[in-house]
Amino acid sequence: MILIIEGINLGHLNRVKNMIGCRYRRLTMAEHVNKMEGIEQKEPVSKRISHFFSGLYEIQQFIFRFFRETFTPPFEFKEIVRQCYQIGYRSLAIISLTGFITGIVFTKQSRPPLAEFGATSWLPSMISIAIIRALAPLITALIAAGKIGSNIGAELGSMNVSEQIDAMEVSGTNPFKFLVVSRVLASTLMLPMLMLYASLIGLMGSYLNVHQNEQTSFIAFFHDAFVKISYLDVFASIIKSTVYGFTIGVTGCFLGYRASQGTVGVGKAANSTVVISMFLIFIEEMIIVQIVNAIR
Amino acid sequence: MEAVIAINNLKKSFPDNPVLQGVDILVNQGENVVVLGRSGSGKSVLIKIVAGLLKPDSGEVKVLGQDVAALDTMALQALRQHIGFSFQGSALYDGMSVKENLEFPLVRNKRNLNKKQVAEAVEQVLSDVGLLHTINQMPSELSGGQKKRIGIARTLILHPEIMLYDEPTGGIDPITCVELNHLINKVQKQYNTSAIIITHDLTCARMTGNRVAMLLDGKISRLGSFDEIFDTDDERIRGFYNYNFIHQP
Repeated sequence: MILIIEGINLGHLNRVKNMIGCRYRRLTMAEHVNKMEGIEQKEPVSKRISHFFSGLYEIQQFIFRFFRETFTPPFEFKEIVRQCYQIGYRSLAIISLTGFITGIVFTKQSRPPLAEFGATSWLPSMISIAIIRALAPLITALIAAGKIGSNIGAELGSMNVSEQIDAMEVSGTNPFKFLVVSRVLASTLMLPMLMLYASLIGLMGSYLNVHQNEQTSFIAFFHDAFVKISYLDVFASIIKSTVYGFTIGVTGCFLGYRASQGTVGVGKAANSTVVISMFLIFIEEMIIVQIVNAIR
Repeated sequence: MEAVIAINNLKKSFPDNPVLQGVDILVNQGENVVVLGRSGSGKSVLIKIVAGLLKPDSGEVKVLGQDVAALDTMALQALRQHIGFSFQGSALYDGMSVKENLEFPLVRNKRNLNKKQVAEAVEQVLSDVGLLHTINQMPSELSGGQKKRIGIARTLILHPEIMLYDEPTGGIDPITCVELNHLINKVQKQYNTSAIIITHDLTCARMTGNRVAMLLDGKISRLGSFDEIFDTDDERIRGFYNYNFIHQP
């Protein structure tokens, strides 16, 4: 039995301790404040580490199951196409806006230092390198993590807590194949396409700014833009986006599929999807850049 | 009579919570067995184990002669085509219309049907539950009672032999409850189903149950007709009766 006594001085405490033969310790100020505010005590570190590793194991099993179900018939082609539409086509507006503004803003900000050296003619190739190698994949992925990832996490979480996934399972449908495989495949396929589209729109935005200032023609701008771009740059960006798309899809589906505790769980799944996806995207960016630079 | 569901010494626990501690029930061909119990007594856990959504800790659950816990994924999916599950919250797919909700299990399990046959099956089952006019509506546009009926319709479209009802009248007004009870009886007669109905609604139990089982302390404490169940001095069971308002059919 644990007894919490407040406002007792040490002398009285010792008397109580001797009377009932107990062990005692004083709460730290943080524990006391947490208790007063009804905040739960944190789990011990060992338990949190244990949860972390069991979570990693579950993710690994989830990913293995994804690959197993992807290559096992029957295939849900219709649902995959529908998800591609939802993830790809429905994201075009926001990708267009983001890509365009990125192109304009980056060009505007890059101009002054180049102008100091009389090197504004380098703008098209510098912008294209930045957009195609780094900005387009990263910004597209971050937007997708917020828009698509949260949508997947919330949708699957909501279906889970309202027993719709159980209903699907009991009706003889494989819910994992229908819900998870379709969404992960769609996000993996669509993100590289969105990235290429974002690159194009970003370069269009950049062209607008360059044309405004230097009256460069469309053909001249794009010739200069692509002169320094190699197949490796484009290929690496496509690989990056594919990995990002897979990450966002798997994270959203994994967290949504195991959401619990009603609407609180759904909110957590949506929020965690965004946060964890973004975190993983940056880690992957770092790793892929090192690999590509080593090849270069 | 042949038992279509045979539950033998079923045990299931969750961390710090022993829910089912040796449940024994037989459901015969064509009969409705109502399982009564307090909220949190393990009724939903029981039928989820029967449907293969949860695995028991020990004991045996046989559905149509097959041990559910021992089946692999393919065999379990095949068995589930004979089982209809009506969920407590209806569990209609939010992003699909009523028509699409009903088509969903049908097109996946009976791939040889053409579009016309699918449409006819959908209309037939909606007519059976009296909701043909809602065919193009979304679940969010339906009332609670309508959602329950559509949920039942979605299970009936595969013509299951066994129905599992999880609180069919939960959260529904008394008049609609009686209509739902009549629907459950109609399903039993028209589709010749056997069913486990879990509820704490005594009106539903009286109207739909051929036999009634009382789940207490993780076990079936009494099994028999509705009147036999409550012919006892056990205060826990009498309290169930006394605190409920009974609809006299």
